[in-house]
Amino acid sequence: MTTATTFVGSSVKRVEDPEFITGSGTYLDDIKLPGMAHMAILHSPHAHARIRGIDTSKAQQHPGVLAVFTGKDTAGINPLPCAWQAGGVENHVNTPHVLASDEVRYVGDAVAVVVAEDPYTARDALELIEVDYEPLPAVVDPEKATQEGAPQLHENAPNNVCMRWTAGNQEATDRAFEQAEVVVKQRLVNQRLIPTAMETRGAIGSYNPGTGEFTIWMTSQAPHVMKLLLAAFVLNVPENKIRCISPDVGGGFGSKIFCYADMALVAFASRQLGRPVKYVEDRTENYQWTTHGRDHVTYAEIAGTRDGRITGLRVRTYANLGAYLSTIAPGIPTTLYGRMVPGVYKIPATFVEVLGVYTDTAMVDAYRGAGRPEAAYLIERMVDLFAREVGMDPAEVRRRNFVPPNEFPHDNGVGMLPYDSGEYEKALNRALELSGYPEFRREQEEARRQGRLLGVGLSSYVEVCGVAPSAWIGLNGQGWGAGLWESANVRVHLTGKAVVTTGTSPHGQGHATTFAQLVADELGVPMEDVIVEHGDTQGTPFGFGTYGSRSLAVGGSAILRSTAKIREKARKLAAHMLEASEEDVVWENGRFTVRGSPESARTIPEIALAAATGYSLPEGMEPYLDETSYYDPPNCTFPFGTHVCMVEVDRDTGETRLVRYVAVDDVGNVINPMIVDGQLHGGIVQGVAQAMWEQGVYTEDGQLVTGSLMDYALPKASMLPNFELDRTVTPTNVNAMGAKGAGEAGTIAATPAVVNAVMDALAPLGIRHLDMPLAPEKVWHAIQERSASQKEER
Amino acid sequence: MAKQEIRVTVNGREHRSEVEPRLLLVHYLRDVLGLTGTHIGCDTSQCGACTIIMDGQSVKSCTVFAVQADGSQITTIEGLAKDGQLHPLQEGFWEEHGLQCGFCTPGMIMSAYDLLQRNPDPTEAEIREALEGNLCRCTGYQNIVKAIQYAASRVREHEPVAAS
Repeated sequence: MTTATTFVGSSVKRVEDPEFITGSGTYLDDIKLPGMAHMAILHSPHAHARIRGIDTSKAQQHPGVLAVFTGKDTAGINPLPCAWQAGGVENHVNTPHVLASDEVRYVGDAVAVVVAEDPYTARDALELIEVDYEPLPAVVDPEKATQEGAPQLHENAPNNVCMRWTAGNQEATDRAFEQAEVVVKQRLVNQRLIPTAMETRGAIGSYNPGTGEFTIWMTSQAPHVMKLLLAAFVLNVPENKIRCISPDVGGGFGSKIFCYADMALVAFASRQLGRPVKYVEDRTENYQWTTHGRDHVTYAEIAGTRDGRITGLRVRTYANLGAYLSTIAPGIPTTLYGRMVPGVYKIPATFVEVLGVYTDTAMVDAYRGAGRPEAAYLIERMVDLFAREVGMDPAEVRRRNFVPPNEFPHDNGVGMLPYDSGEYEKALNRALELSGYPEFRREQEEARRQGRLLGVGLSSYVEVCGVAPSAWIGLNGQGWGAGLWESANVRVHLTGKAVVTTGTSPHGQGHATTFAQLVADELGVPMEDVIVEHGDTQGTPFGFGTYGSRSLAVGGSAILRSTAKIREKARKLAAHMLEASEEDVVWENGRFTVRGSPESARTIPEIALAAATGYSLPEGMEPYLDETSYYDPPNCTFPFGTHVCMVEVDRDTGETRLVRYVAVDDVGNVINPMIVDGQLHGGIVQGVAQAMWEQGVYTEDGQLVTGSLMDYALPKASMLPNFELDRTVTPTNVNAMGAKGAGEAGTIAATPAVVNAVMDALAPLGIRHLDMPLAPEKVWHAIQERSASQKEER
Repeated sequence: MAKQEIRVTVNGREHRSEVEPRLLLVHYLRDVLGLTGTHIGCDTSQCGACTIIMDGQSVKSCTVFAVQADGSQITTIEGLAKDGQLHPLQEGFWEEHGLQCGFCTPGMIMSAYDLLQRNPDPTEAEIREALEGNLCRCTGYQNIVKAIQYAASRVREHEPVAAS
């Protein structure tokens, strides 16, 4: 059977764009419902305090205010659920109430809401609420939080430890370290980041008293999952009485996967008031109470031989989870981090210990890459430190330890599913060639003689995406509280126009284009005849949403299953229409023909018309071309690649200039190269930004210093170079497309490439490691200290 | 609060409204006139999602009161395409994949519009500098720069600069 491939593999312009470039998109805040009221939320200004009382009387009397609610009013709403506990160990679970009524545990914890006729009035009335707080001691650092005498957040979590989780072989690892010729140790801080989707979060609740149904519009990456969680765990409403809708969503990067208090609060308020209620965060709220990412303190040790072979890896990580568990928080530093720390290397013995820790900070959950950037940073920094210790070129050490291509599927020894495929050395070689690595090394030598600080950093990464199968990730395996398959419906209307419904929920990734490319090819129809629908739980099959670079590998596969079913049914109908036997009907050049007589053919639109009218169908065939599939993959996919970053550090200012950035990624087969490149550009910038600028900072007593875009160092256009991208293509056999996933690869790879480059630049000064972000001030101080001590040494 | 009358021309159409003196221009455009293409991404004038053209210059409409716009001529993203024909900047963003989630896009386009009025042939560095007040979290800016370069060459080819 041959397929006429026209769209797959080509850089088709995005079908999403016309509305966005003309200002006619519909984001949550653009939605205005008749009679809609506006909600504002009062957040705790204290990191930790007891609430002695709340006086809402003045706010309630303020003109234009419709209602004020506190935790007493919302006592019937359950705490938010934690849907992914760390697998195989006990988790001391604490999740937030939608409004705190006795104690607040971070700056941003919600304590009251005002609903008013307009948002300005709601804000005015917030200032009239008087809360009597008794401040309590707070702790923000995950390592300090576990020490004796640290302030305690939750009774059921002694020393603030939510869970202790391990992976790998401790005994073998200890033995490897005892026998090692070389051991390198390093404490690594993977700092807290704030996701900062350009659209903040929000929700609109609308309750219909006649039917008892709720409609909740939300800025969500996973509206079906929100429907399930809100119905079954939070609001105790039948699942078929909640409809969730994600309209156009302005970026998410993980932060919009989760179940948030405001989703329940707008639903509750709407039922109380009999009017739709809208809430939209401002940026300050977004920074205070929408989830943050990363925040690890890690003690890492790598063991090896003098000739550059890695023999062991030992890791102990304090993972900051924030004040409570967000929806999937414990799964991130365990399954998605702990099980990926060996990276692309064949390491005989690895042991990982992770402590999930509560602190008086915003909840920490998945942020672009979610665990894998932390893993890649750890192993790629350690490999560089090891290379330096044994006096070898970091490229050579990598090469020497890669999992070779003939050893796939590869078991990495810490409980990850087997890596599907990889040609790690090929990607490294391409990256070295493209970046002119040997020439740069020569240039660097010359520059060093002149006192200039040039550096080059490598990052050879592997990540896991399209996380599945359900039996592995689920409750008895990795602790995920559901399945992780994906759904799709494809139907072809009487007029030949196709509609694809996906359980994924894009928010910038371009699924409407990519999925239409797939379907157009499979059905032999023009792309403009395929529409992709998503984000509305009404009348669409349940799906898990968009995160973890899963939408194409898992969601796209579900779509292909549906198109295959459609093609199968259409083939039968074509045979009937052509009065041929089924076996003689073949799919060629986007239509069905009879073997040997290509002039008798039927296209999918022609068959769809026959199927929809139903005038003449084969015995037993139901009308219409309409097929639904649920796809649960047999394995995850494992994209990989090598990024090369070249920098020059200014000795006098500590400022790092990105001279060149070359990325060679292998995401398997590519449907739309333009979209994949765009994902990589954006991903790389988020990784570079962690290395160089971004950090979510709390004071010791828990005040968020980086509470706005004035203080949080989001990168601007002028701070960045152009990125030079290339690809190798190693298809996966996990799905029919051979596609792996591209949404997070850039972020995962970039951070260690940049840090390794800066450390390489600073090597002549004897600087071995600095924690991120490598802002000029930090680098300048390090240079000053080393210069001073080098003078003394002389 | 006592309301004040304002008269503004937005995308060529005159509007008279009674507004609270504290009403921000961005809220006026979005909530009173229903022009929701102009977005709000922060509360400190950093993100630039709300950028519009007011009396020929780009301004962040979250930092202007509606009453300050009294008597002014405003262009928003909705007013850029003429007679169903996309503006070269809109074309450029589409051609060069200059957007992903689209939330920053209207502000980016309006800032770029301002740049091309002042400098019809900007270098890459000048483009990056001109976007100082506009943040994008999706694209890494690379294709935004290309989109603006595309538009600049189109404008130079086809029409005298829109500085009329």
